[in-house]
Amino acid sequence: MIETFEKVEDIEIRLLLEALYLRYHYDFRNYATGSIKRRLRQAREQLGFSTISAMQERALHDETMLPRLLGYLTVQVSEMFRDPGYFRAIREIVVPHLRTYPSLKIWIAGCSGGEELYSLVILFREEGLEDRTIFYATDINQDALQIAEAGVYDVDRIQLFTENHRKSGGRSSLSDYYSAGYGRVSFDRTLRDRVVFSDHSLVTDAVFGEMNLISCRNVMIYFDKVLQDRAVGLFRDSLARKGFLGIGAKESLRFSAHADDFSEFVRQEKIYQRIGK
Amino acid sequence: MIPTDPKAVVIGASAGALEALTSILPTLSGDFRLPIMVVVHIPPDKRSVLAELFRAKSSIEVIEVEDKEPIRPATAYFAPPDYHLLVEDQRTLGLTNEEPVLFSRPSIDVLFESAADVYGAAVVAVLLTGANHDGARGVFAIARAGGHVIIQDPQTAFAASMPEAGLALCPDATVLSLDGISEYLRRIG
Repeated sequence: MIETFEKVEDIEIRLLLEALYLRYHYDFRNYATGSIKRRLRQAREQLGFSTISAMQERALHDETMLPRLLGYLTVQVSEMFRDPGYFRAIREIVVPHLRTYPSLKIWIAGCSGGEELYSLVILFREEGLEDRTIFYATDINQDALQIAEAGVYDVDRIQLFTENHRKSGGRSSLSDYYSAGYGRVSFDRTLRDRVVFSDHSLVTDAVFGEMNLISCRNVMIYFDKVLQDRAVGLFRDSLARKGFLGIGAKESLRFSAHADDFSEFVRQEKIYQRIGK
Repeated sequence: MIPTDPKAVVIGASAGALEALTSILPTLSGDFRLPIMVVVHIPPDKRSVLAELFRAKSSIEVIEVEDKEPIRPATAYFAPPDYHLLVEDQRTLGLTNEEPVLFSRPSIDVLFESAADVYGAAVVAVLLTGANHDGARGVFAIARAGGHVIIQDPQTAFAASMPEAGLALCPDATVLSLDGISEYLRRIG
């Protein structure tokens, strides 16, 4: 029966992901199949390869293919104060707890272009917590980290960012934090004073500090269940006692092997608290 | 015209979706056994009430999907606003934040193409009313994988362009009225 054999394209995809891992140590092997398939088909079409195997051959022999493929394989979609209710909950419900600590560590895991990072730094500055906080912003995509570090965005995105910031209960005007020119806005360099940018993979890297809050939203939706369990386990082990974990609006720990290690802290906004330990 | 052993139904609808789905989902009885994945175009910034609304009207279970939701029989799964809905494997649904397709997130094409990959011939795709071309590539992928495609008769659709675009890429699709679609599903499920 033909159905018992794997489809050729599925084999090609597995081989390409294996090749990327062996050659460059980028591990997408446990990414969610549905979306990885879509994006590799897109890459194949747009980069002009006849097959995914042909793309694999190039990726193995030509290092300049890696950043191009990463552009497809890592999804960079974010906005500042995305889901304002989440940031309002951090501000009104989580911050009062964080205030009781003399020093704080916050991890923005999968920080992409930095939109969520700057949202949290601004929120912490507004709440008077910035000076006692270190923010760790990590991603596997070097290009994304560079964009995050630069803090420069297209001016046409700023209206949405401003609206979101207001809805999140912002105590200042977002325009206090950037200057505009040449169709771009550039966020205040001092927002980076307390930030450590770093290349870190939720797939292959380990715990690097004891965090009070980890924000990792719409990153794990690209992982399969095995990898999600690894990432959530890593977050659990990285959190201080009673530390907080915020995930995306349509993500859930309900289906995780580590669900019992967390309690729902703000159910509606997907903010969890580490229990036990 | 009746698939031998369907494992799932996927439905896509846009303008006029509420009325169209009202003629379908509430008509399925509690012993309808298949899972149904539904993409309706909805504004990204709104909390969707579709799942709540149809839960109240239907005998089958109706939920809005969260990432890695297990696929169960006799359940309709709605894509949440601002996320694509995909079938990951025969047990699991996934969501993504990837860029909109044809200005839509969720996108009917994304759901249908993933369903074609996972279920092959064992899926029935239903393309309903809409004023754009989303779903056309999707029904093409379903048909190519051997699945069964049903398209709402454009003559009876609130907005004809989506079913018409689907028919252009998938001329062998079964064309039915809403009542016909409801009856068809009750027969296979």
